[in-house]
Amino acid sequence: MKRVGVFVCWCGSNIGGVVDVPKVAEVARSFPNVVFTQEYKYTCSEPGQEMMIQAIKEHRLERVVVASCSPRMHELTFRKTIARAGLNPYLLEMANLREHCSWIHPDNPEEATEKAINLVRKAVAKVSKVVPLQAGSIPITKRALVVGGGIAGIFAALDIADHGHEVVLLEKEATIGGKMALLDKTFPTLDCSACICTPKMVDAAQHPNITIMSYSELESVSGYIGNFDVTVRKKARYVDLNKCTGCGICETKCPTKVISEFEQGMGTRPCIYKPFPQAVPNKPVIDPVNCKKLRDGKCGVCARVCPTGAVNYEDKDELVTGKFGAIVMATGFELFDYSVYEEYGGGRLPDVITSMQFERLVNASGPTGGKIKRPSDKKIPETIVFVKCIGSREEVKGKKYCSRACCMYTAKHATQACEKLPGADVYVFYMDVRTPGKMYDEFYTRTTREYGAKYIRGRVSKIWQDGDKLIVRGEDTLVGSAVEIEADLVVLATAMVPVKEAAELAQKVGFSYDRDGFFTEAHPKLQPVDTNTAGIFLAGCCQGPKDIPDTVAQACAAASKVTALFSRDQLATNPMISEVNEDVCVGCLLCSKVCPYKAIGGKEIKEQVHGQEITRVVANVNSGLCQGCGACVPECRSGALNLKGFTNDQLMAEVDAACL
Amino acid sequence: MSVSEKSVLNQKAESSAWKPKIIGFCCNWCSYAGADLAGISRFKQPPYLRIIRVPCSGRVNPVYVLRAFQKGADGVLVAGCHPGDCHYATGNYFTRRRFLIFKRLLEYVGFEPGRFQARWISGAEGQKFADNTKKVVDDIKTLGPNKRMRLDSIPQIKY
Repeated sequence: MKRVGVFVCWCGSNIGGVVDVPKVAEVARSFPNVVFTQEYKYTCSEPGQEMMIQAIKEHRLERVVVASCSPRMHELTFRKTIARAGLNPYLLEMANLREHCSWIHPDNPEEATEKAINLVRKAVAKVSKVVPLQAGSIPITKRALVVGGGIAGIFAALDIADHGHEVVLLEKEATIGGKMALLDKTFPTLDCSACICTPKMVDAAQHPNITIMSYSELESVSGYIGNFDVTVRKKARYVDLNKCTGCGICETKCPTKVISEFEQGMGTRPCIYKPFPQAVPNKPVIDPVNCKKLRDGKCGVCARVCPTGAVNYEDKDELVTGKFGAIVMATGFELFDYSVYEEYGGGRLPDVITSMQFERLVNASGPTGGKIKRPSDKKIPETIVFVKCIGSREEVKGKKYCSRACCMYTAKHATQACEKLPGADVYVFYMDVRTPGKMYDEFYTRTTREYGAKYIRGRVSKIWQDGDKLIVRGEDTLVGSAVEIEADLVVLATAMVPVKEAAELAQKVGFSYDRDGFFTEAHPKLQPVDTNTAGIFLAGCCQGPKDIPDTVAQACAAASKVTALFSRDQLATNPMISEVNEDVCVGCLLCSKVCPYKAIGGKEIKEQVHGQEITRVVANVNSGLCQGCGACVPECRSGALNLKGFTNDQLMAEVDAACL
Repeated sequence: MSVSEKSVLNQKAESSAWKPKIIGFCCNWCSYAGADLAGISRFKQPPYLRIIRVPCSGRVNPVYVLRAFQKGADGVLVAGCHPGDCHYATGNYFTRRRFLIFKRLLEYVGFEPGRFQARWISGAEGQKFADNTKKVVDDIKTLGPNKRMRLDSIPQIKY
């Protein structure tokens, strides 16, 4: 028999105004195991807690029931209280007399009191069955993996590294820098993107705590918070990074030229190449698809001209494993493929380009040296039409959401076009202009008033080629008439979408993503950088479209989450997790199939049966992974599983008491 | 007065004083929070639902539901997060499957399946929780007291 104490709280008049608290306390005294009851105005207050501690000591109470508010409100408070009295904190049960009783039955005090008595009886029945639980602890590997080397990944890595922790920055391309390295200028200040981005890339490369693994992809992830086991595939680079000095002779001598991805298809690159001159690491890779030597075995020029003998055609993909305590996902975005819009030429009109291509056109290091020339005949355009919301806010072929950054970068592009081409006509078709940001609306106002970009509110219905002109037909909804513009160049502000492999990555790492493939944060307001998997955090556009300031803010937030995690050596684990009775377990492992956290596996045990040693498989719960949902318990045919804190006999006792 | 007459009278007396006894299993993260919100919002409800807190609706073993009926519950409610919104990602999908089959079992053995109800109520749906409690209580009142499954109504076999 356990000595149970029941503490009934008035909660001022919140409970006491409806429920007959003295009666509840009096009746509770007659329940099995109950040796002490007490009522008090505010049990959660300091004197209330002190009285509870006194009573526990004086009456040698072994289990405590607090009949007050919701356990979601004060369970932690009272656990700490009884721990101060020397009891195990898990020997507590709460009866919810406020939210579930007095507040919802104010005009029925009699039945409310009856219900309150029942709720207390239920809590007493359960608490009589509870056992002490010990929070376990798991060690934390203070090493972070940042997946994606764009501006989000770089900032997250730098912040974590500055706190003194080791960081591996993983990047699938040959260089870090991501999309920001492609940009010419950044809104709203129009400062040069490369001037603020490339120094950060160099900082990351030179930071003693950061290891950059470029041209590498995530192969597999297992483990749990504090202890992730990660395998990375280092793709064959065909260039030995240790020998290569990055002199670039190979690039100039390579005879095969192909379309450059970095220049968004508007320039060419050799087959042994650095994506761009400021690449980090500033060393080339060989494109195995187009390289003649790797494809046909003929050529080999780069190996011959390389002064250090760094070219190695025999290079193979390599799998590297590592242990990490936390993972920051910063995999960024891609542009929506607008070729689904046949009405805009379906990608076949050479002078209809995306905003990212325009970004390269105005960029001084771009294919035209910063001169805006249209791709088809290199003519300097006199009329440029920008069309916003290509794929954004469009449910039929595009995405429902707003891509957030397009209004501002289109305003920036319009400004740049007006600046670089004085006298040119610049039109912007828009649905709405959304400029919620510091200095954003001021920028937009300047674009229209000072630079004279003409904003037309309406959608474009069709774009077609007519001679060397593009005809853009749309509607001006403010005037209420159709408009047709003869343009030389059309720029489409395409939506931001997650990278192709986003869903696959989320499954590999083990957290959730939404219908569009963006990674889902644990709470849209209060946990914006956590995922629903502990130890995995989000930064940047992989979580949803955003601009650079928001991306950097989120990256720093994710880094601070990681460093907060790393500030401890051990992580306390929730003791209310599943446990296996190995004597009863038959090793069917049905439980492992329902576990959402892959926390249950099989393990071999040896035991003596009739004097012989036999080996059999039983279920094994990983205390680091188990989150305590208990879905496995009803699944167990042999009744070997139980959820600590919500065991079968505890819940059954509650059912029995509640039915009395 | 014959024995049968007596029992009929007893029943009548019982039914006038009869109040439904409904056991609710609510998951900690959604439905229990929804019930809390209903309380915080002071949405009045009939006082016949007694809530047992479980971490996840997936933790509820159909055996507990049977046990409640045996012990005299007139109705049982299992409430969890909306499918797709489970705090534990997939727990409520198992709830849904288990209790779909369980309801068919109740039907099969001739027990009123309406006495058992499963609902998806989020932590933000206080109003829905309150409305649902009223509905469940009304449903159970229409069905009357549980007589088929309670242990004390089944003749005890003595050996």
